[in-house]
Amino acid sequence: MSSRRSRSRQTSSSRNITDDQIHDLVSKLQQLLPEIRNRSSDKVSASRTLQETCNYIRNLHREVDDLSERLSELLATTDTAQAAIIRNLLMQ
Amino acid sequence: MASSMISNTTIPPPTSDRSHRIKRKKKAQSKAQQAQEQQQRLQSHAKWRSQAQQQIYSSKLHQALSRVNLSGGPRRGKAVREAADRVLATAAKGRTRWSRAILTNRLRLKFRKQKRNHNQQKAVGPARSKKARFGVLRLKGKTLPAVQRKVKVLGRLVPGCRKEPLPVILEEAIDYIPALEMQVRAMAALADLLFGSSSSTVAGSSDGSGLPPPI
Repeated sequence: MSSRRSRSRQTSSSRNITDDQIHDLVSKLQQLLPEIRNRSSDKVSASRTLQETCNYIRNLHREVDDLSERLSELLATTDTAQAAIIRNLLMQ
Repeated sequence: MASSMISNTTIPPPTSDRSHRIKRKKKAQSKAQQAQEQQQRLQSHAKWRSQAQQQIYSSKLHQALSRVNLSGGPRRGKAVREAADRVLATAAKGRTRWSRAILTNRLRLKFRKQKRNHNQQKAVGPARSKKARFGVLRLKGKTLPAVQRKVKVLGRLVPGCRKEPLPVILEEAIDYIPALEMQVRAMAALADLLFGSSSSTVAGSSDGSGLPPPI
């Protein structure tokens, strides 16, 4: 419905995705990775990109887990009045 | 009435006639439409990096977390993580596979705990509909076993992409990573707000929310 134009490149039934499109996706992915973005982005192979992506996602998952642990401990100690105050602060 | 319709777009000069105004309104609308489509192409960046999105996520997360906290119990950490993921998936508005997979998995687990016999079937089609089997694998350089292994690993990391072909996995990852980054930023800001000191987290961009010191 909404992203039909941007998704017209999907393979789904046609199975005819081109090298260029894959290359395009890989370079977009490279731009997201802090490791590769800060260094030269021309010479990074696809394999390296995938490796860095996996590492980065694993790192992010780990951070989310750590933050969840901390939040669960912190939430246990705040009471409802503070929660209301925090919600107001978040809405600003 | 015509002027009220146009007041959203531009302020027409007083001397133009009605057809002129309507044309200008249509032009502004099509431009807005083009801008919207272009933004959808840049969807992953613009959407997950915006401050508004992060604030919406933070407040929804906080609401969900207060519900989690009330239930309590020994597995709070996991419950917090699941709530955070669920809110994140909801923020994606169902346009990506990983978000749908997260929401579907939670439903599936919930039903499996309550009623074993009832909902055994896979609930949602879109998470697994498209499988291009061999066409992608013939691309040069992508059939190397090393690359294939990495693709599989990546497919396992991004929720809902275990059996998807390479381009789908890449697209999902391109949206998933900024979403995760936003999740980390929002949760770190929330923890900061609650406790006032935070360990080192992903610096990335400062969330710039300008939170006042905690109470």
